Amino acid sequence: MKNEIELYFDGISNNESLARVTVAAFVAHLNPTLEELADIKTAVSEAVTNAIIHGYENYYGYGKYGNHFPAFMQVHPGKVRLHCTLEQGILHIEVSDEGKGIENIDKAMEPLYTTKPELERSGMGFAFMEAFMDDLEVESTPGKGTTVRMQKKLAAGPWFGRDDND
Amino acid sequence: MEEFQVIENCLMIKLPEEVDHHRAGYISERADCFIAQSAVEHVVFDFEDTQFMDSSGIGIIAGRYKQIACLGGKVYAIHANPQILRMLTLSGLNKLVICDYK
Repeated sequence: MKNEIELYFDGISNNESLARVTVAAFVAHLNPTLEELADIKTAVSEAVTNAIIHGYENYYGYGKYGNHFPAFMQVHPGKVRLHCTLEQGILHIEVSDEGKGIENIDKAMEPLYTTKPELERSGMGFAFMEAFMDDLEVESTPGKGTTVRMQKKLAAGPWFGRDDND
Repeated sequence: MEEFQVIENCLMIKLPEEVDHHRAGYISERADCFIAQSAVEHVVFDFEDTQFMDSSGIGIIAGRYKQIACLGGKVYAIHANPQILRMLTLSGLNKLVICDYK
């Protein structure tokens, strides 16, 4: 069985939780373990946060202002695209943005390396994605945007009531 | 919702259910206000209600650690669930921050 979803949303911090909860709901019927679910949510959150902060440079978490943006705040209108495919128990996640892109991907993927230390970014985003997912691929063109592809094999789940083709 | 409370020389920060970039800036700002206003020596992060955290949470803790540690204070992370502990370990923060299990 193959299943696919696509989600387009504004690159603002309000949508970070939407993205991770959507992916969690998407795989829910496979009965993933709590740990798998937490891994996926963390990885999606990291990828989407990267797109928002680094791709579109919408730095600040707007939680402070509730859901309203103060007039003085400039918000980049870019969209983040989240694309998930579920095939034979393997979850493929693709997060892409059309932001400013990454100059040096190897450097960006080094743990603790961050271009925005003043925002208290820990530099652990890619390291967590790598640790929590089975496979990670990053593609980027400076000025054009970035695409992050991740894969995770979900364990068999319960052995009853499952679609054999799944 | 996050809650801040100063007990003697400790700042207790009860973190919200989900700690992500969206709330992180606000939590750091409020925490810094308390650290500057009250004579806070130690900071305790309470993860009791927290179900989800990403690298923004690591940023909050590391940022407070930098401020507190240079004045000889300690930072604690209590009631962290296994997932949060794993992140603290991966980032190496477990060597700087005193962690307590759920």
